[in-house]
Amino acid sequence: MDKRTKILDNYSARVFKNRKDHIVELEDAADPQSIAANSRAIPGVMTNRGCCYAGCKGVVLGPLKDVVTITHGPIGCGFYTWGTRRNKAKAGDDGKNFIEYSFSTDMQEPDIVFGGEKKLKQAITEAVEIFKPACIMICSTCPVGLIGDDIHAVATWTEETYKIKCVAYSCEGYKGVSQSAGHHIANNSLMKYVIGTGDKAPTQKFSVNILGEYNIGGDGWETSRILKRIGYEVISVFTGDGSYEEIKNAHTANLNLVQCHRSINYIAEMMKTKYGIDWIKVNFIGVDETVRSLREMAAYFDDADLTARTEAVIADELANIADDMAYYKSKLQGKKAGLFCGGSRSHHYQNLLADLGVETVVAGYEFAHRDDYEGREVIPTIKTDADSKNIEEMTVTPDEKHFRLLLSKEKFEQLAKAIDLEAYAGMIKDMGNGTVVVDDFNHYETEQLIELFKPDVFYSGVKDKYVIQKIGVVSRQLHSYDYSGPYAGFKGAVNFARDTTMGVSTPAWNYVTPPWRTVPTLEGKIGGEE
Amino acid sequence: MLDLTPKEIIERKGLRINPCKTCQPVGAVYAALGVHKCMPHSHGSQGCVSFHRMFLSRHFKEPAIASTSSFTEGTSVFGGGSNVKTAVKNVFDIYNPDIIAIHTTCLSETIGDDLNTYIQQMEIPEGKIVVHSNTPSYAGSHISGYFNMMSGFIKYLAKNTGEDNGKIGIFPGFTNPGDMREMKKIAKLLGADFTMFPDTSGVMDAPMTGNYEMYPKGGTTIPEIIGLGDCKKVLALGELTSMEPAMELKRKCEVDFDCLPLPIGIEATDAYVTALSHFAKTEVPYALEEERGQLVDIMLDSHAYYDKKTVAIYGDPDTVLGITSFVLEMGMIPKYVLTGTPNEKFTKKANALFEKFGVTDCKAKASGDLFELHQWIKNEPVDLLIGSSYGKQIAKAEDIPFVRAGFPVLDRYVHSYMPIVGYKGAIRLVELISNALMDRQDRDCADEDMELVM
Repeated sequence: MDKRTKILDNYSARVFKNRKDHIVELEDAADPQSIAANSRAIPGVMTNRGCCYAGCKGVVLGPLKDVVTITHGPIGCGFYTWGTRRNKAKAGDDGKNFIEYSFSTDMQEPDIVFGGEKKLKQAITEAVEIFKPACIMICSTCPVGLIGDDIHAVATWTEETYKIKCVAYSCEGYKGVSQSAGHHIANNSLMKYVIGTGDKAPTQKFSVNILGEYNIGGDGWETSRILKRIGYEVISVFTGDGSYEEIKNAHTANLNLVQCHRSINYIAEMMKTKYGIDWIKVNFIGVDETVRSLREMAAYFDDADLTARTEAVIADELANIADDMAYYKSKLQGKKAGLFCGGSRSHHYQNLLADLGVETVVAGYEFAHRDDYEGREVIPTIKTDADSKNIEEMTVTPDEKHFRLLLSKEKFEQLAKAIDLEAYAGMIKDMGNGTVVVDDFNHYETEQLIELFKPDVFYSGVKDKYVIQKIGVVSRQLHSYDYSGPYAGFKGAVNFARDTTMGVSTPAWNYVTPPWRTVPTLEGKIGGEE
Repeated sequence: MLDLTPKEIIERKGLRINPCKTCQPVGAVYAALGVHKCMPHSHGSQGCVSFHRMFLSRHFKEPAIASTSSFTEGTSVFGGGSNVKTAVKNVFDIYNPDIIAIHTTCLSETIGDDLNTYIQQMEIPEGKIVVHSNTPSYAGSHISGYFNMMSGFIKYLAKNTGEDNGKIGIFPGFTNPGDMREMKKIAKLLGADFTMFPDTSGVMDAPMTGNYEMYPKGGTTIPEIIGLGDCKKVLALGELTSMEPAMELKRKCEVDFDCLPLPIGIEATDAYVTALSHFAKTEVPYALEEERGQLVDIMLDSHAYYDKKTVAIYGDPDTVLGITSFVLEMGMIPKYVLTGTPNEKFTKKANALFEKFGVTDCKAKASGDLFELHQWIKNEPVDLLIGSSYGKQIAKAEDIPFVRAGFPVLDRYVHSYMPIVGYKGAIRLVELISNALMDRQDRDCADEDMELVM
């Protein structure tokens, strides 16, 4: 029985029929089989997925530090997205950092029965009075969509009444099939209402936006540190330690860098159409990948000084971490890993693990789409279903005032052959033959995968971390980095290597089996005979 | 830290800032995890249970299992019947629990899904059980979700056979496994035959063995829940948490109950011990009297370091009332006590405690939030803060010594194993409180005032 069949073996016919297309055993990774993705989870399978609200408010909007983001709904949703994701932020010049706060309308039964718009307006009035924010965002939860509160009208009312920016997001939890729908909804409205509304021009020759970098554990700060060292100006970050004030000016950057493809590719594409800004798929997780990303950025700008500075910084940073990386590699070489995260990291971290000599034997995503697995070339062949059709596909047109192309058509095409220009090859092609890829992995499959692959370390989230450890395999959280980090860039690679080494080698593993389980504690003969 | 919180307080009617409560369903999940071989099931969109599992796993550092009906937009329009029936079938197929405990969410409540009917229509395998409870997130708090789920189990399962089983039911309130173990220890020492319901000890503090057990050894068993209907009596610990299910059991099976405060501190533990001693008709054993004597001894020894210190306590209503009562016994001033759970009984009980101990200038509030608590502190500071991890920001912003107790504690380890109930739990609270204050004294004093002996 192959591994895939073993994983599926215990399922009923109905569950088998659904799950079989979400699990692929790679025979020839270079020529990937198709995988089913971004479709409904089966009720009752204990999926690790969250909801649309989690993707919109929790992931994309939550990190915007100068925005009062009000969750319109009962208290739970706002409570759970308060301080739980580790998107770090420092207040900017305006002194505003709302990351430490949670705002909710805390809807009660009468609000559900008679409508919650009045309470939402009251909440906004109070937020303005107490905090005087430049921007308020409103995120809906499930009941809001059902009772028909018009949060977009409330946003318009807010702008007219208080002369501040207000954007509403209809990101009810039941929309789409996972967090992914929420990313899309957040992308659409940031594009529609925020990007392009500022007019602060870049001050330096080479400017970039970092898209899909949420500054978990300070990743964005490490990435920005390296970029600034080389001489780039970072106009805005979407959205880790990001701000409304900065992303208003995102359209003024020369180039978009896409880190998390899944959650932000919509904005990258729309900004290309509307403003002519090219994007490249970077990856600042992993030493080799960070180097590749920096070199591709230099290749894009094709400037002798910039290229020289890039190489100088790379050489210096590599020299700084060489001893540490060699040490940790000596500890980790030959180990096997499982990697399950949201929609991009399971790919990114394979590169970092490879730097350390660790082989990824099984990987998958919670909410990725086929293009994240198989590469963007499959996008035209992805069929939309009823759930994805409910999420608006926004069409943008070139902005006459701001549209400009940095590269000629010929130059673009020539460069596209050399670097990941507006391209992403997906995770699968980087994986080895005989490895298994699982989409929307669930609790049961996680147990099966560990049994089958016996990885030395399994990277996942907090919901399965303790299950995995109870089985006897160390589990590190890749959503929150187990409260460590940063893991990005050069210094981050060392942190990651240190944490993984610590996890597999902590002495507690030696004490799991009590001595009396292996050596009898009672000595003597039956019946007390001499 | 929290630099945008102004000192000036304006009355808020619409905006909840930095809540001190969460929604009903997570309480329902926690109650269901306290039943042996039970799968909690969330009837809503899948984000709810994802959040709840995250929350519980982060507090307990343990797996927190729960399944979901995974509502889509279509489900929200046409109703969740088909989803929940599929889910129940799959859960029994794949995860094989003995019982599934379904709770609703704001989504399924708003569309009016009728779980009674759905459960009647389900194919439930022989010998397996499905129960449910209505836990709309837009009413009450996680505390209501906890007691509503308890009532759900009782409604479906408890039976009065007409012959009592000689047991006492103990409803432990929304407490940690460490607390439940301590309450059980006391009941055993008193020789009482009891059923604790729910009981998350042995589930949410399961040991590392190298084998993952989806359903660990702990939890109230189904026969024990059925048997609640034949109990001679129930001790409902924490009136605001445990009285509703006790009333439900009284309605259904005519089992009498006594409401006692959570056994936090001396008087509340004395009441718990006395009630069990009366029930079991046993003398209080020396082992308990010894613990009590040790506690009083410690309080006399250490009082100088906390006497008349002011403290702000926030969190779940019965836990806050319990800690309030104990800090009063310690001679401290509970200047602010606050819960996010909406229940005016809380305020009345807190005020009664203030009056009983003759303290003035203390403020109690139900349905409050931590933003407001912080503003009170900005206006009139306190010497100590006691509550969940969510107060750590206030503690840092105002540089106040901080003791973590209650739910959730997301940023420390071991807490869920250690009791705050019983005499032992009180001893631990004295240690936590005096250490926090004495560490602060050491930190802040001039070098020449640094005392080796304290």
